[in-house]
Amino acid sequence: MIPELGYGAAIVALALALWGAVTAALGARTGRPALLLSAQHAAVGVFVLVTACFALLTYAFLTFDFSVRYVATNTNLGTPFYYRITGVWGALEGSIILWAWMLALYTVIVILRHRVSARAFYPWVLTVMLGVLAFFLLVMTVAAPPFARSSPVPADGRGLNPLLEDTGMITHPVALYLGFTGLTVPFAFALAALITGRVGDAWITLTRRWTIVAWYFLSLGLLIGGWWSYHVLGWGGYWAWDPVENAAFMPWLTATAFLHSVMIQERRRMLKLWNLSLVILTFGLTLFGTFLTRSGVIASVHAFTQGAIGAFFLSFLALVLLTALGLLAWRWDALHAQGALDSIVSRESAFLLNNVLLVAVTFTVFFGTVFPLLSEVARGVKVSVGAPFFNQVNVPLFLALIFLMGVGPLIAWRRASLDNLRRNFLAPVLVGVVAAAGFFALGVRSAIAVLTLALTVFVAATIAVDFARATRARLRVGERLFPAMRGLLLRHNRRYGGFVVHLGILIIAVGVTGSQAWSVQTETTLRRGESAELAGYRVRFEDLTASEESNHFKVAGAFTVSNGRVLGVLRPAKKFYPQEQSPIAYVDYRLGLNEDIYLVLGDFARDGSQATVKLLVNRLVSWIWIGGLVLTLGALLAILPERRKGA
Amino acid sequence: MRPKFIVGGIVIAAALAYMIYAGVTQSAVYFVTPAELRASAVAGKAYRLGGLVVPGSLTWEPRTLDLRFTLGDGTATVAVHHKGTPPDLFGEGRGAVVEGTWSADGYFRAGLILAKHSEEYKAPHDASAAGYRELIRTLQGAGR
Repeated sequence: MIPELGYGAAIVALALALWGAVTAALGARTGRPALLLSAQHAAVGVFVLVTACFALLTYAFLTFDFSVRYVATNTNLGTPFYYRITGVWGALEGSIILWAWMLALYTVIVILRHRVSARAFYPWVLTVMLGVLAFFLLVMTVAAPPFARSSPVPADGRGLNPLLEDTGMITHPVALYLGFTGLTVPFAFALAALITGRVGDAWITLTRRWTIVAWYFLSLGLLIGGWWSYHVLGWGGYWAWDPVENAAFMPWLTATAFLHSVMIQERRRMLKLWNLSLVILTFGLTLFGTFLTRSGVIASVHAFTQGAIGAFFLSFLALVLLTALGLLAWRWDALHAQGALDSIVSRESAFLLNNVLLVAVTFTVFFGTVFPLLSEVARGVKVSVGAPFFNQVNVPLFLALIFLMGVGPLIAWRRASLDNLRRNFLAPVLVGVVAAAGFFALGVRSAIAVLTLALTVFVAATIAVDFARATRARLRVGERLFPAMRGLLLRHNRRYGGFVVHLGILIIAVGVTGSQAWSVQTETTLRRGESAELAGYRVRFEDLTASEESNHFKVAGAFTVSNGRVLGVLRPAKKFYPQEQSPIAYVDYRLGLNEDIYLVLGDFARDGSQATVKLLVNRLVSWIWIGGLVLTLGALLAILPERRKGA
Repeated sequence: MRPKFIVGGIVIAAALAYMIYAGVTQSAVYFVTPAELRASAVAGKAYRLGGLVVPGSLTWEPRTLDLRFTLGDGTATVAVHHKGTPPDLFGEGRGAVVEGTWSADGYFRAGLILAKHSEEYKAPHDASAAGYRELIRTLQGAGR
């Protein structure tokens, strides 16, 4: 009964979404309010129905309804309560429901917020959002139906992929999807701007905060994904340039470019065509990413399905891109810039270069990801490029981006005078040079590491210069120090939110540099009581214990870690799930600001007499998580409503 | 001012094209089967070799971490040497992809082993659970 209800709800939702998309468009053409009202009701109806689908599937998980194939493959009687809920979006079918639900939620919020405030765009925005929603509902009913029955009904389910039994895996998809679906809003506004011919700044002002919100969630999703990779996958890293990571990274890059380029349009009336293209590209990349991850076209640890779904996404992507290109061509004459670049040494140029570099990184990532396909089609041989390719090409681009992060926010608009440059950059450059010498004197010999760290210090110094100057200006008019600083952050929250995000990126850059340059590892087999040493740590194998958990068996080693004094006992383990063909590593670690000690249990003797262990000392990795926290706080600050008046 | 920006754009595009070209030529890894590798192995070139771990060929020495096995594809076999613990999904009769170079001494030196995850549905059966319980007993009895 429950599955039929869910399936029915999805079909009605699909019909409603199509109805709403059409009536909203007709309403826009004819100006009849009744049509628009009908579309609005349809959108709310879709939200209610998708919510019902989600609730029904959750109910099926909680009640172990193994007659539903999706439930049977993603849970079993031993799955803990907590993971039975999160298992709902643990695989393809459920993640499509989650996606559709979030999109419906955003649509309702758009109706509430912009029904009146964006009257000119609103009907078309509704058409686009409901159109996209209709596509996902089509996938839900035809390509990946979550309520499909299994026959015969198994006595027990297969169980959730053990790697997903982790808090990171609960929040990671939610944040990532909120980011992906959130990017639909600026995309819908961009298309509405093209359709109505209002390609000025209005759509950008309206969607500015939407883009930051989507960017915030996307960043959060990427960071949580990195953390999950680090503490669950047991290879000691946080980013592998895996196709699926790349799929999420590409829209983040173009969204980042967009966040910067809109500032030029707002200020100088330039880059209209560029901004529209960026938003369309970003949305296209979210679809492409889903295609890449869900179609199995490129083998990857995340790609869990193959089949019709790839064709669905590819067709929809083609439809979206063709429509968008057609609209751009149609409005071509209106897209000319009103302003012009005056000088290469100006804020416009710095931002433009930042955009070019971000798009270059996107292209590199795209190229490297689809390279195996390209080479197979072109030359008939399967060739892949791995992490070395991505690092080699992207590191110089990242360094240039960090440099621009220091220059862009401070350099003058239009044309920077020599005086402006000296006033803003003399001190930071000197600080950066001194820092480079300092790092060299401290024994840092890797040229890339010295350069990255020195650039980081330079950018941090530019932020400090700006903040100190603005605070001083407030002190001069009689404010006290702390109220002055708080006032700056809150009243110019978009600017200073941006600076805080930049600080977060800098801290992440230090973490990435440190972990790449100075991490060490070794692997060894120890008899009971034997010790291994690495980077000043001494790790002693004490014993091996086994236990039976609710849905798996666990063999854990006890290792005493000391560096002169005893730091504690780490217990890396192997988990054996009856439904899996092989064990799952469970790492144990001790995190620190400077370095983490990280243990992975490899093989072990069945009598417990010896164990093989991988020992890693990872440097500065914690900075990545701290930087991520700073970055997300900065994004939140930038999302707050601006309170310029009376500043 | 415009020409300056166009020249700048061309310079950036050319630099990127060169970096990508250099990156690809330096880090391209070729996918081969044991038969293909046997036919045209170049010592020192990076390959990704995929095949089935031939049953009975696997040896692992925990103290030295020497892992040796043979990968086959039905027509040819290649001996593979690796230093490290066999990964979780790795085993005889299973598919595996190894990344490394062909050694002039007649074996494949693998720096990385990627075991292939089989997607097939496998019902949990009591035999494996009994095996794990046995393991727990052995470990608990192992002289403490």
